[in-house]
Amino acid sequence: MADQGVNTGRRRFLTATTVVVGGAGAAVAAIPFLKTLKPSARAQVAGAPVTEDISRLEPGQRIVLQWRGQPVWIIRRTPEMLATLPTQASRLRDPDSDNPEQQPEYARNEHRSIKPDLLVLVGTCTHLGCSPTFRPEMIPEPFDSEWQGGFYCPCHNSRFDMAGRVYEGVPAPTNLAVPPYRYLDDNHVQIGVNPEGAA
Amino acid sequence: MSNILVRAANGAADWFNERAPGFMPFYRKHMSEYYAPKNFNIWYIFGILATVVLVNQIVTGIWLTMNYKPSAAEAFASVEYIMRDVEWGWLIRYMHSTGASMFFIVVYLHMFRGLIYGSYQKPRELVWVLGMFIFLALMAEAFFGYVLPWGQMSYWGAQVIINLFGAVPVIGPELTEWIRGDYLVSDATLNRFFALHVIALPLVILLLVALHLFALHEVGSNNPEGIDIKKGPKGNRWSANAPADGVPFHPYYTVKDTFYVGFFLIVCAFILFFEPTLGGLFLEHDNFVEANPLVTPEHIKPVWYFTPYYAMLRAIPDKLLGVATMGGAVIILIFLPWLDRSPVRSIRYRGWLTKLLIAIFVVAFVCLGWLGLQSGSTVQTWAARIFTFYYFAFFITMPIWTRIDATRPVPQRVPEHD
Repeated sequence: MADQGVNTGRRRFLTATTVVVGGAGAAVAAIPFLKTLKPSARAQVAGAPVTEDISRLEPGQRIVLQWRGQPVWIIRRTPEMLATLPTQASRLRDPDSDNPEQQPEYARNEHRSIKPDLLVLVGTCTHLGCSPTFRPEMIPEPFDSEWQGGFYCPCHNSRFDMAGRVYEGVPAPTNLAVPPYRYLDDNHVQIGVNPEGAA
Repeated sequence: MSNILVRAANGAADWFNERAPGFMPFYRKHMSEYYAPKNFNIWYIFGILATVVLVNQIVTGIWLTMNYKPSAAEAFASVEYIMRDVEWGWLIRYMHSTGASMFFIVVYLHMFRGLIYGSYQKPRELVWVLGMFIFLALMAEAFFGYVLPWGQMSYWGAQVIINLFGAVPVIGPELTEWIRGDYLVSDATLNRFFALHVIALPLVILLLVALHLFALHEVGSNNPEGIDIKKGPKGNRWSANAPADGVPFHPYYTVKDTFYVGFFLIVCAFILFFEPTLGGLFLEHDNFVEANPLVTPEHIKPVWYFTPYYAMLRAIPDKLLGVATMGGAVIILIFLPWLDRSPVRSIRYRGWLTKLLIAIFVVAFVCLGWLGLQSGSTVQTWAARIFTFYYFAFFITMPIWTRIDATRPVPQRVPEHD
């Protein structure tokens, strides 16, 4: 064992393999610490669909419910509100709902809904997740002298029309999201499930 | 009798020093034989004040955790319980909340001192960079702490800040879910923020503060003249090898600092006894309403110390660009030592151009802070855009204007020496 000289090649090999194996071990050991931060099984189960009776929702009214902890709005629009939708196209960022992530294909139309009058939206601003306020009156507002009714976010002044489409020149990048939803019958909407046959 | 006591004390000290031979040299290096420039002015008290506040935050924080419940169902009520039913709980809680704001006041002034006297210049770059890491950790610490009372502003502030990470391309939405531990800001989020606020970040901050001080004591303190006292003549009253313009930190500056600490504590005491919310600036009114995920407050704004950056975020009509601007405004500060190309350190030896640009910078920064508290009308948004532009232009063009600006020669020794 005594003085046999130092085999530097073997020493380098042993150092390198120790570093590689140790590094791989540390990387693998980091996985549980990172994964434990993801939503737990209980949080995932809490994302179940929500059903609402809309038989008593009058034109111009809104109900707010909670789905996956987010506010979801159901609004029965009046004919006057629907009449404003085609007039706003030139002031909107995405008037034709071209961004496929903001609504299911069955809500990609002018009124952004399955039934023209009944609007279903996720009520969180696409900028930073505040909940915009419902401003249905067609009156001049401090933030828009030609306000045609819609949604106004008090956090950073983002504005949306009566179909949740975002106006130009505001921080929100996209239209308000339409969640997956379907009608169980004429009076019951279920949030979180696509209609049968739809993708 | 006294002889026995003295001998016992000396014996104990010898016993200790034999077994921990590094202690006395450490004490001498950082305290009794740390020679600081003798011409420090009032701008040089904010480092020690920040240390005092740090100790206050740790002590009051430990006491708060004895009654605070980190769960969405109980957090808000447990804070009110501390405020009303726990003996002296209100004092400890207000010491902690006032301390948070005072921390940022002294840290901003501490950083401004570095800016006007060029304290970040060679050889103190590392001191500055470590200080900036402390600033970043402090911002995270303050943010996590603000979520804990689980009021409306806690909740919606967390919502806005976490969604900033949603602007990251491709992985954004998953990243925010990973940070929250849920599809929304919830109990899981509050619980992990509590862990980060009371364990992880305090450890990081303490480590960084120690490194900041060690790095400083290696190169020595700067001074209002920007004179390198270590390069000047040697020999003072205490040591033949020490800089002539230096005085031992202890007792000279420990005594001076103690006086200022007393004055500072009077100001703090006034705030926490008479105006603990400081008109909604230190503790926002909306945060006295329990968190409600379905109702956004009419006007969301962060606490005052984040408002300059918040005003920048709001001024940019693009999500990713806005977030990048906000982050960039903080990150760019790290590079200050390499942006400043002036041959002199202190503003006292620089020309009118530097003084003017720094003065406008102060105005821009304070105005951004004010704008971040406002609701954001069109005029305010444009003002914020102009000030944001100036903020970045100030740093990006710094290599040019620091080089072309006139300077005066810096003397070898501190001018008022005896």
